Parts: sequence; structure tokens; C-alpha cells
Amino acid sequence: MKEINMLWQLYWAFLRIGGLTFGGGLTMLPMLKYELVEKKNWITEEELVDCYAIGQCTPGIIAVNTATFVGYKKKGVAGGIFSTLGMVTPSLVIITLVAACLENFMDNVWLQHALMGVRGIVCALMLNTVITLARKSLVDGFCCVVCGIVLLICLLTDVPTILIVVISAICGIIFEKIVHSQKFEQKKSAVCEDAAISGDPQRGDEA
Amino acid sequence: MITTALELFWEFFKIGLFAVGGGPATLPFLMDLTNAKPWYTMEQLTNMIAISESTPGPLGLNMSTYAGFQTLGFFGGLVSSFGLVLPSVVIIILIARFLDNFSQNPYVRAAFYGIRPAVTALIGAAVFGLCRVSLFTEADGVLKPEVGSMIIAVVVFGLLQVKCLKKLHPALWFLLGAGIGIILRL
Repeated sequence: MKEINMLWQLYWAFLRIGGLTFGGGLTMLPMLKYELVEKKNWITEEELVDCYAIGQCTPGIIAVNTATFVGYKKKGVAGGIFSTLGMVTPSLVIITLVAACLENFMDNVWLQHALMGVRGIVCALMLNTVITLARKSLVDGFCCVVCGIVLLICLLTDVPTILIVVISAICGIIFEKIVHSQKFEQKKSAVCEDAAISGDPQRGDEA
Repeated sequence: MITTALELFWEFFKIGLFAVGGGPATLPFLMDLTNAKPWYTMEQLTNMIAISESTPGPLGLNMSTYAGFQTLGFFGGLVSSFGLVLPSVVIIILIARFLDNFSQNPYVRAAFYGIRPAVTALIGAAVFGLCRVSLFTEADGVLKPEVGSMIIAVVVFGLLQVKCLKKLHPALWFLLGAGIGIILRL
């Protein structure tokens, strides 16, 4: 009984976190801290930061990764699954409702005017996200070269995105391990902690 | 329908497995899908971003649910979200079980040293494509600028560089854009 109770608690805690934070990624950290550390006392703040670092260094949605990790630490595989389900539920319900409404009114002239106006805003916000990201991730010459080459490849050819991610990871390892293995030790701290690409274009640069 | 569902699952499974860096990192993959699959258009993708940004929940998850919904309704949203989340759950449980200090591992750090700038460029290229579709209309192979949207984009981008406006919630900007769109009948 107690086991099941704990799984429900995990589900509800992550449902609240998912349903009350906009944007995901870094914006979720204060909410995670409030729910998991201060309210429930499930993990310490240091553990949360560790979970978060892992969430950023693994593929997939950062918030989902963090939820799975905390759930697993608390209650094993079932805990990981319940936490993830909790995180997914609000998105699924809210987006389905919004999308269903929007589809029904798509022929409406006013809605079309409104969406045309929104389009320019999307461009501005996304452009701002990219610039914030570039400021954070282009820390040295190697990063700038990689960024430039990938940008050219993307704009001029149709190389699959997956291939680019895999090759860039291999390049990172080769460059670090062979070309300047001495310098690597000093720079150690910089790479993973802030590896997150924030899910939020507005507040991403606060980190 | 089953084939489409399986395809949805598979495509989003791949995104979940390779989109490193969360929300915006899913954008280049979603953009690839507009060319490869008949599921949604670039215009719908733009709407999708606006909706995902102004509703609660992680951006990537919202985008996958919306894309799935466009294709197969509620069931589609369920399938694509499941596909997106599955690799995360498996990978994280494996790491939590077998690897200590994963994020401190020098190989992981070195891989991220290469991945971060590449992902920045991928997102940059995706946003370039997004702007081209949103701010221009293509007629007979000639790009014609959409003056209204373009002015909105430039002005708002300028305003976003002002410190106190940076923290405004994206939903407020979208409301503003929608209002201007209605008033000017864009």
C-alpha cells in the first residue's frame, strides 16, 4: 500500500511541476527545488543539482530526464515511469485542448489575422533564443569553427540532423583527447554544468 | 492509421534519442519532418511554437504532442509523446543504475564540447528557415517580403534587447502580435 502511495505522490508532484512551469528546461529548476527539496524532502539540494546536470548531459527533454532520474532514485524503475507520466500529463491534456479549439476556428478570418501577427513575434523570440545560446555555447575557437561549419552544412546541404549531432560529439572527443589533453583539465568545469540549452528563450540567459 | 501511428512513434523516438539540449533542440528535427512527412506544414509549425511557448510544460513535449495531434488527433499526441519520452526513460534509468558521476565523465564532457556549438548552429539554421517562411511569401520562385510581419519581427527583436522587457512572458508578446495582426488585418 505504502509503495503505491509513494508512486502516486511522485506522479502528482511531477504533474504539478509540469503543469505550473512555462518553457521547461532551466525555468523548471526553482519549481523542482520547491516541490522536491523544500516541500517533500525527497532529495537534498545537492542531489537535485546532480540530477539536473545528468538531465542536461543526456539526450531528450531536460525536464523529463530530471523527472525520471528523481523518480528512479526514489522508487526504482516504477518510480521513474510514474514521475515521467506525471510530467507528460499536463502537456498532453492542455495541448490537445488548445489544438482542438484552434483547428475548429481555423477558417475564422480574425484568427488568421491574429496568427499572421503572431508569426513575426515567433521569429523575433526564436532569433533571440539563438543569440542567447550562441553567447553561452561559443566559448572558444574550436566551438566557433564547429558552429560555422555546421551552419554552412545545414544551409547548403541536406545532411541528416542526427548525423551532425553524432559527428560533432565524435569531433569533440577527438579534439579534447588528442589535440589539447592538457588544457582539458582546467576547463573541466565549464562544459557540462551549463550544457543546457534552456527551454525558454526569455529567461535562458539568467543562468 | 496503424502505419501512421508507428511512423509517428518512430520519428519522435529518434528525436528523443538525438535532440540533445531539450526544447529548442527539437526544432531542427521538427523542421526536417515538414519536408519528409505530410504531417504538418511550416505555417503550422510556427503556430505550434507560439502555442507551446505560451502553455505550461516543457517546450519539446508540447511541440511533439501538438505535432501528433495535427496528424492523428489525441491518439497521435499520445503516441508521439510516448515516442519522445521513451529513450529518455531508458537512458536515464540505465545511467542511474550503472554509471556514477555520469556528468563528470571526461568523455561525456568532451562529447558535449563538440555537441553544444553544433546544436547552436542546427537551431540557428532552423530559425533561419522559419524566418524565411514566416516573413516572406514565395510566388513563382521569387521571394516577396511580408512587410507587416517583418516590421513586427524587427521591432520586437529590438525591444527584446532591452533588459526590463526581456523577462516578459512569451505569451504576452504573442497576445501583442495577435492584437496587431487583427487591428492591421495582416
